[in-house]
Amino acid sequence: MLELDNVTKVFKVGAFGGTTLTAVDRVTFEVRQGEVVSLIGQSGSGKSTLGRMILGLTPVTGGTITFDGAPVKPGKAYYRNVQGVFQDPFSTFNPVFKADRVFAMIREAYFPGVPDADWTDRLDAALRDVRLDPGQVLGRFPHQLSGGQLQRLLIARALLLDIRLLVADEITSMLDASTRIDVLNVLADLKERGLGVLYITHDLSLGHYLAERTVVLRHGEVVETGPTEAVFTRPLHPYTRQLLSAVPRLHAPWEDAEPVEACLYHKHGASGRLYAAGEDHLVACARLGDCPKES
Amino acid sequence: MSLRVSDLRVHYTTLKGDVRALDGVSFEVGDGEILGVAGESGCGKTTLGKSLIRLDGRMRHIGGEVELDGEKLPIGDDRRMNPFRFHKVSLVPQYSMSAMNPTRKIGKMVGELLRSRGVALDQAKLEGRLELVGLSREVLRRYPIELSGGMKQRMVMVISTLLDPSLLIADEITSALDVSTQKAVATALAGFRDGGVVKSMVFITHDISLTYQIADTIMVMYAGKLAEKAPAKTIVESPRHPYTKLLIDSLPEVGVRHTERRLTGIPGGPPSLLDPLAGCRFRDRCPLAFDRCVQEPPAREVEPGHVVACWKADA
Repeated sequence: MLELDNVTKVFKVGAFGGTTLTAVDRVTFEVRQGEVVSLIGQSGSGKSTLGRMILGLTPVTGGTITFDGAPVKPGKAYYRNVQGVFQDPFSTFNPVFKADRVFAMIREAYFPGVPDADWTDRLDAALRDVRLDPGQVLGRFPHQLSGGQLQRLLIARALLLDIRLLVADEITSMLDASTRIDVLNVLADLKERGLGVLYITHDLSLGHYLAERTVVLRHGEVVETGPTEAVFTRPLHPYTRQLLSAVPRLHAPWEDAEPVEACLYHKHGASGRLYAAGEDHLVACARLGDCPKES
Repeated sequence: MSLRVSDLRVHYTTLKGDVRALDGVSFEVGDGEILGVAGESGCGKTTLGKSLIRLDGRMRHIGGEVELDGEKLPIGDDRRMNPFRFHKVSLVPQYSMSAMNPTRKIGKMVGELLRSRGVALDQAKLEGRLELVGLSREVLRRYPIELSGGMKQRMVMVISTLLDPSLLIADEITSALDVSTQKAVATALAGFRDGGVVKSMVFITHDISLTYQIADTIMVMYAGKLAEKAPAKTIVESPRHPYTKLLIDSLPEVGVRHTERRLTGIPGGPPSLLDPLAGCRFRDRCPLAFDRCVQEPPAREVEPGHVVACWKADA
């Protein structure tokens, strides 16, 4: 459905744009129908830039992003299929308007001919899909709703457009533990219905809970990608291992974790090559191929 | 006993009335103990941390006492509290990323800070502390902007403990950091206790799995009150308060997939602290609630070191 092929993004930085910064470097992966792909990386790894490029909010410097075989062209037709939800639910809504105005805007822009009764039915259905009670949320101001409710309203808004791909960029990182899981479960339900979800996060446990496939980014490059089970149980790249060993877990103190052998990783931009480590499991680890450090 | 807090009440004054952010909390922290304080947004954990060092303009000390190393802290009196700050109690704030003066090189700034407290800079001690948190002495010649987030966080930790306080309060110091940096910072913090730099520590975070990694004891707060307090292992393995149980059950961990075990959140939201529910404040979200919950459950010790504020703690 969504395919990225050697996508690169170079920003001009510094005074007069004199120097360049490669935020995303030759990234290739795809999101299929009915599949959650989690894109995991630390701050500055380029994960949000990738999300913005997929949504057409930032132009691509190199490589191609295609949706159903056609290059991404921002516009009404594309946004009927692909929508995004972002991190901060409190700044997404206009505080002086009732929260359901986001739905009215969708109706004006995309469905001006739909009769009132029909629209109400659609709206109710979309809200129920994200497990919100229409009576409880409609007609409220954003400050009267919780962060979890606001995020689910935004997902419902996307669903009204019959989208096929949702880009969810850190949508749970501002939520409390007790409401976070409700939003994740909504995403899991949507996946069952055939929606593709690109779940961008820095939290490995959330990515593991939800995703079929995982893409680990470092400095804009893919270091490891594959089925979530394979990446989490048999991580091959030292960077993935180091990330996994640093995740705080219940019942497993850090002291008990096996130390990760030191590796300086290959120098940034030195290889960019991925080696096959198993079915659909690709690793940029030098040990699986020609190691620039050891050779 | 290093820190003893009894029935502490701190309210915020607002136009609508008093917000009872901290409403009768009692606990103790022993020598060499790290107490982790966990809870959701608005449970009063940050208010607790701030109360122990400085009340801001909107906060009022309503009642209760704080005793540190046998000495009563005048927390309601900003001026009398001054001699205690940084000498006895110190804080690593939530905003560490922007806590340092951007126009000074770090070494110069540290010197100025110490002079403002009337203390001369002990270069050897400073370098020892930098080593303890894994920073090179080079950082003293740099500006804060030249440091990464984790380095800034560790630098602020070094600065806040230079006067050897007895109690260190760390408020959400890792929430803006990546997992591997988070681990380095949290480990360095525990190193302060192990190295005897500080006697005891209050580690505030919303992340129970992180608290579990470094705290000896965990205190779970809900709506301005203590819900449960026990050794870290007990809180995670056999919690007694329904809120703690639900909170821990809602945590996705590496190893849990939604297809195998579907986690659930806690329905509803925390009560408004302007006019909170009488009795147990968790009762309208609690699956075990019964008639008696309209009376406030006292925090009682169900076994040594395990305090629970719930009528059904024994069930």
